[in-house]
Amino acid sequence: MTEIRVVLPAHLRTLAGVHGEVLVSVAGTELTQRCLLDALEAAYPVLGGTIRDRNTGKRRAFVRFYACEEDLSNEAPDAPLPAMIADAITAGREPFMVVGAMAGG
Amino acid sequence: MTQVRVLAGTRKGAFVLTSDERRKKWSVTGPHFGGWEIYHLKGSPADPNRIYASQNTGWFGQLIQRSDDGGLTWNPVGNDFTYAGGDPGTHLWYDGTPKPWEFKRIWHLEPSKTDPDTVYAGAEDAALFKSADGGVSWTELTGLRTHPTGPSWQPGAGGLCPHTIILQEPRIYVGISAAGTLRSDDGGETWRVINKGLLSDGIPDPDAEAGHCVHHVEAHPAKPDTLFMQKHWDVMRSDDAGENWYEISGNLPSDFGFPIAVHPHEEETLYVVPITSDSLHYPPEGKLRVWRSRVGGNEWEELSAGLPEKDCYVNVYRDAMSMDTLESAGIYFGTTGGQVYVSPDSGDTWAPIVRDLPAVLSVEVQVLP
Repeated sequence: MTEIRVVLPAHLRTLAGVHGEVLVSVAGTELTQRCLLDALEAAYPVLGGTIRDRNTGKRRAFVRFYACEEDLSNEAPDAPLPAMIADAITAGREPFMVVGAMAGG
Repeated sequence: MTQVRVLAGTRKGAFVLTSDERRKKWSVTGPHFGGWEIYHLKGSPADPNRIYASQNTGWFGQLIQRSDDGGLTWNPVGNDFTYAGGDPGTHLWYDGTPKPWEFKRIWHLEPSKTDPDTVYAGAEDAALFKSADGGVSWTELTGLRTHPTGPSWQPGAGGLCPHTIILQEPRIYVGISAAGTLRSDDGGETWRVINKGLLSDGIPDPDAEAGHCVHHVEAHPAKPDTLFMQKHWDVMRSDDAGENWYEISGNLPSDFGFPIAVHPHEEETLYVVPITSDSLHYPPEGKLRVWRSRVGGNEWEELSAGLPEKDCYVNVYRDAMSMDTLESAGIYFGTTGGQVYVSPDSGDTWAPIVRDLPAVLSVEVQVLP
């Protein structure tokens, strides 16, 4: 198991009842968006449906994923994260960031 | 001492407004779920401390919140609104092409009159869900969405929204913009379209079974077969459980509007808020007015005492008017300008409870012993 730092947007921190970053335990040897988000939702079931659409399983349109200053939003959910990013995240040097897109008023 | 609790859903959170039976001095708590759209929140008639709220944003989707202590604290419950049966099929999109049904949000929550754990939810795209475990899990009552006319339903400007749910179990009425009104006599298993007599300019077939833009429907509990409807244009009435409708707009300055309410103690007393037109969503002449009929429609009186006399260009949404059940019945409505008004005397006089909330989407009221 690997401990991953995850940054949530303010509304989801409130919903999950957490402050600051959360730590999520991820199993497996290759880090993918899907395994990371599955682990996040397993740890905080209330987040189910808020990041990924319940019906399609796809990233919600106004949610983005970042790490190491890279936009990972459009990476395939089951593709291993790029090695340098995966190394930084699994080593705890960088968080995986779930971001609410800038939109609306 | 009797307490009145008003539940206001707004564009940026929920607010709970409380007063005693005089309804003069109010306390306000909120925002609950600040920053989220609260399309509707409503208390259980069987347990007033059980309140359900529909919480949504374009960013993070749909949540359902439940309070078991009258709105002091809340807990998220289930938000899995999966359309049953795999491939959901299609309805019509604005351009007339088929579009797959897709869950977007819950417009209206209707708790059972007898069981606090049973609640119905009206989902956009038009579907009806039911929970029997306090909102933890939801099951679609598929007979509504799969009605034979379903593939011909088109959304109104606000979406394909089921905004009205009237429970007279086992009978259920549902109003959908812009499909029309449907009735189930078997607890939601099967449905029939009940739109005969509705006339809608601008739809391809004026006699169409479906396709009417119903804005809101109300019924008095003691007269369940009599329905009152504010349609896109026209205020309508049915005396036979929706089998036939006839117009009761009478002398209203405009028969366009969104909400309609029925007095709790007077079965023939109705309230509407006329709006200028479908393209001018504000009151005629900038004067905010409620109009009341004491004879079941057609003859309406203007209620203005305490309401803005000029320069008022707000709207009142379909779920944003409600009445309490006190002996001197109170009526409440919220505006897109963030005001919630109360009349403790059935509409004769009005006063604002609050003036500066976010745009009000829904108003419900509870009377607590």
